[in-house]
Amino acid sequence: MSDSPEYIEIAAGRMVRETPQAVALGIEFVSAEPGTATMKVGYRADLIGDPETGVLAGGVITTLLDHVCGLAVNTRHEGGGTATLDLRIDYMRSAEPGRAVFGRAHCYKLTRSIAFVRAIAFEDDPDDPIATAQGAFALAGAPAKS
Amino acid sequence: MTEVNPDILATFLEAVPYARFIGMSADRAGDEMTAVLPFSPHLVGNTHIPALHGGVLGAFMEMTALLQLSIIESQRRQPRTIDVTIEYLRPGRALTTYARADVRKVGRRIANVHVEAWQETRSSPVAALRGHFMLSPPTA
Repeated sequence: MSDSPEYIEIAAGRMVRETPQAVALGIEFVSAEPGTATMKVGYRADLIGDPETGVLAGGVITTLLDHVCGLAVNTRHEGGGTATLDLRIDYMRSAEPGRAVFGRAHCYKLTRSIAFVRAIAFEDDPDDPIATAQGAFALAGAPAKS
Repeated sequence: MTEVNPDILATFLEAVPYARFIGMSADRAGDEMTAVLPFSPHLVGNTHIPALHGGVLGAFMEMTALLQLSIIESQRRQPRTIDVTIEYLRPGRALTTYARADVRKVGRRIANVHVEAWQETRSSPVAALRGHFMLSPPTA
């Protein structure tokens, strides 16, 4: 576990333990600090997307990245809810069969109503990503017009 | 267009573990197809609303695109996803979700596919996806 501020630990714990889809995928919290967050998902046979190669489904990466982006936003938006507006994912290469995948997100800009986030998925080297993502998130409770 | 294997959807859905993990199925009418994702508690991403996880909606639409490509293109291997852009329009509620893919272009190597997902009303989609997919060489 990291030595993140308490509100971040609480948000992260909620996201991995109290979100049914995160529990079903086995998403684990790795670390977080204000603006950035890392989670991981272990390799599992029931999450394979291409049975010929044994590569994890793209959808597993999509959900991991969406989820860790949400936590990155929450590290700067204490106690607030978020809703994904859009998410673009570029797949550089296949995930290596048998290995856990890490997702790391950076919330680099927060306005009163919108958060902008970048994220990557990788096995052990962030400079050799499986996928990169870019998303915009609406902040719950934010004013309708800024 | 190549001859269509009538069982191709069933084969695909049976063979892909992740498709079984989310519990999706598909209804086919000729070269048209509607993918179906029944609600299941393990798909929830927000327990307060409750709403389907955005990642699940994205994954479902990506699978729909791959399925549609498997119908219209004779593929030796599954196409590989190059990129996807997912737009979230409404919360995916605790209901069955449907999706249809529109193959906008099939080039020699790359296909462009748009997918829309809805629940009770098709004209009020919950999410949309646009993506590029790398095709494998056609079966000899």
